[in-house]
Amino acid sequence: MIGISSYAGYMPRLRLNRMTIFSAMGWLNPATIMNAAGDKAVANYDEDSITMAVAAGRRCLNGFDPSTIGAVYFATTTAPFKERQNANIVAGALAAGENIRAADFGGSVKSGTTALLAALEFVAAGSGAKAVTCAADCRLGKVSSMQEMVFGDGGAAIMVGTADVIAAYKGSYSISCDFVDHLRGANSKYDRQWEERWIRDLGYERLIPQAIDGICKKYDLQVADFARIIYPCYYGAARKKINQNLGLEPGQVQDNLLMDSGDTGSAHPLLMLASALEDAAPGDKLLLVSYGNGCDALYFEVTEKINNYRDRTRVSDSVRNQAELENYLQYLTWRGMLPIEVGMRGEEDRLTRWSLVWRNRRAILSLEGTRCLECGTQQYPPQRVCVNPDCGAMDRMEPVTLADKGGKITSFTSDMLAAGTNPPAIYGNVDFNGGGRCMMDFTDCTLEDLQVGKPVYFTFRIKYIDTKRDTTFYFWKAVPSEEVPISG
Amino acid sequence: MAKGIRDKVVVLGMGCSVFGERWEDDSGDLLLEAYRECLADAGIEKKDIEAAWVGNHIDEVSIGKGGCYLANTLHLPFIPVTRVENFCASGTEAFRGACYAVASGAYDIALAAGVEKLKDIGYGGLPDSPIFGQLSRLLSPNATAPGMFAQLATAYAGRHDVPMEKIKEAITHISWKSHQNGTKNPRAHLRREISETQIKDSPFVAYPLGLFDCCGVSDGAAMAIVTTPEVAAKLKPNQDLIKVKALQIAVSSGEEMSYNHWDGSGFMTTRQAARQAYEEAGVNNPREEISMLEVHDCFSITEMVTMEDLQISPPGQAPEDILNGFYDLDGQVPCQPDGGLKCFGHPIGASGLRMIYEIYNQLLRRWPEERLVKNPRLGLTHNLGGVPSQNVCSICILGTN
Repeated sequence: MIGISSYAGYMPRLRLNRMTIFSAMGWLNPATIMNAAGDKAVANYDEDSITMAVAAGRRCLNGFDPSTIGAVYFATTTAPFKERQNANIVAGALAAGENIRAADFGGSVKSGTTALLAALEFVAAGSGAKAVTCAADCRLGKVSSMQEMVFGDGGAAIMVGTADVIAAYKGSYSISCDFVDHLRGANSKYDRQWEERWIRDLGYERLIPQAIDGICKKYDLQVADFARIIYPCYYGAARKKINQNLGLEPGQVQDNLLMDSGDTGSAHPLLMLASALEDAAPGDKLLLVSYGNGCDALYFEVTEKINNYRDRTRVSDSVRNQAELENYLQYLTWRGMLPIEVGMRGEEDRLTRWSLVWRNRRAILSLEGTRCLECGTQQYPPQRVCVNPDCGAMDRMEPVTLADKGGKITSFTSDMLAAGTNPPAIYGNVDFNGGGRCMMDFTDCTLEDLQVGKPVYFTFRIKYIDTKRDTTFYFWKAVPSEEVPISG
Repeated sequence: MAKGIRDKVVVLGMGCSVFGERWEDDSGDLLLEAYRECLADAGIEKKDIEAAWVGNHIDEVSIGKGGCYLANTLHLPFIPVTRVENFCASGTEAFRGACYAVASGAYDIALAAGVEKLKDIGYGGLPDSPIFGQLSRLLSPNATAPGMFAQLATAYAGRHDVPMEKIKEAITHISWKSHQNGTKNPRAHLRREISETQIKDSPFVAYPLGLFDCCGVSDGAAMAIVTTPEVAAKLKPNQDLIKVKALQIAVSSGEEMSYNHWDGSGFMTTRQAARQAYEEAGVNNPREEISMLEVHDCFSITEMVTMEDLQISPPGQAPEDILNGFYDLDGQVPCQPDGGLKCFGHPIGASGLRMIYEIYNQLLRRWPEERLVKNPRLGLTHNLGGVPSQNVCSICILGTN
């Protein structure tokens, strides 16, 4: 049997209430009031599609040995790099090793399901035992646009394989056509769309039913056979029409998370699937349909194994664990939409030396340290000479991944002098559980959340952006938390 | 077995520029200001100087690399000149080079200089540069010096279970004391008297440090000419001579940064350098025997924990001693009689030599009565360069014959 072995959704902690946007910009485009209900999830200043894909991927792989993964697929329309495989950065942060297949999927917000299909077919072809698809998006609409209101930031990850399958993959049906409702040219930062009536009436209302009809015919099914039908569509009226025309019961349709996160692009069908799986029962048939220049429809059947699937971080936890971003200008600043003064300290050159990064890639991407084979001391950064003053053995080290170890705070501060777009810079010394330490940035917290001795978990984040060379550099940060979503 | 350089080196003369925002002056002007005073004090001529060392930290905004800048500025006649850099201990490193040169017998007379031109950086504080190498820059947080040192306070509070309010009170007194002493010093950068309330209420730079917990970012130069006791006796017969009693440096081993024993509430390097310095100088009870201190108060909290690392205050007792006035100018062991880094200023490469300059002049009773430390016998200088988790500590003890 081939199917889903694990899943996770990730919504960033921050929420921007849509009325905050409307209060700031409604004067320019009063019609945005139509979409001004609820919150949109927004990436923190140090998050992007790669870090959110990693966050979802790590939650998905929690409890599984990442070295058993045969393929890592990354789906997004907001990849930080056009050339430099983004999926390799994701795979590195997942500690999946380098003898894997990695690929970036993009070009459409249905790329998440396309990547998932590729992962299923990778396993079906016997190319590997497990494959993980991580999807995330961080799309931008222009100030006061409809897109700014409905788009949200988030990620989702699905691991597929042949063992411990909680939802068996039964088949798919795809439509691919050059139906242009949204587009972004190769050098465009912002989404551009055609008339909304066109998107709604000819896009969602025609293509989604076509895909559902197609898969039902292909596998001789009725829509009534499905316990859940999962499709993204942020037009309330269009959803109502689709549901009516297909004769769907209210309980059959998966919530589109519009009020909680907004439409998270390539991640959205998978994020909704993760939500659906949280409530699924053995025997449930699930129909997942993506939308974007066509549709992918995937059909799953939930197995008994879902009962053994450990209780883990849920999408609903992400919805609960949130903080409001009260200042709309802060959002614009973080997305690079305002010409801000960062001060001369912030102008310091950030050339990334790629040969150095290559030599140290495991310490950087996978937070890999070393453990001394002589005395057992775990240490970070990786050492060749054991740091234990009573040992000092040379070149007697084995690698150890520290990202999932957790740790505790030994000192901290909040720094108003450090340059950045999210002052104060909050950082401190963190001891890894089991040994080793690192002076680290803290994120997703305030000074009040810090205390000597408090536990932390680690999260992969943007360390700096070299705007001069259009390069994002990533490293790990610590999040203070009594509840640790990721453990070894 | 080697026993160090106690009593093998005499400070023949010293000079120190006015510290501050010297907008009109280059590094060379500052060096020349210190040099003229130093040469006159030593009573020698340029041709008598056989070798020179110059300490400088941020070469990219001041003197560049190598020894040429000092040699060119003073037109030293083709003698060996070496630029040394060891963070904030750079000035003391230059002094160490000169001391070792005469103690070894290689030269009779050597010069040690330190200089820094910080006010050409273009913004407040020190520049953000990869001081621990390129890899460290990728792995380290978006940190500044005040943020790194501020963590001593949270770690100290955690270790000794002292409320942050008490620490804040103690470090406020430290800054107040430095300002009191600085007002009396015509060479100091910051010479204004300020109240403890002003200090305590100053805006946060890095929790729990406020603006007045941070030392001045200054331009300046300081210099020393050293020789052997034999040569000194000939050049300055029947005069008091100031001798080097101990000169020690300790550098972090990486234990603080990568091993889990250090708790972040003090400096392993200072503890080690102090032990060795006291042994070299023959000091058994530093609290009783050391007459005055010039320590590295880059931030007030650094001074506080250093009082314990130097074994002057017992562990956990520094806040009490500070608040009791033990380190005030009229206290038992005056600390920063010249205003310290806080108010004299901190031109990094010059600071070690500036401290030695203060101790030297105190021991020779050259200051006006209101600035003098009572009955000084031994004075200690201390530099701490880098950050608490990886740093260089230098300690020098000077005494009269």
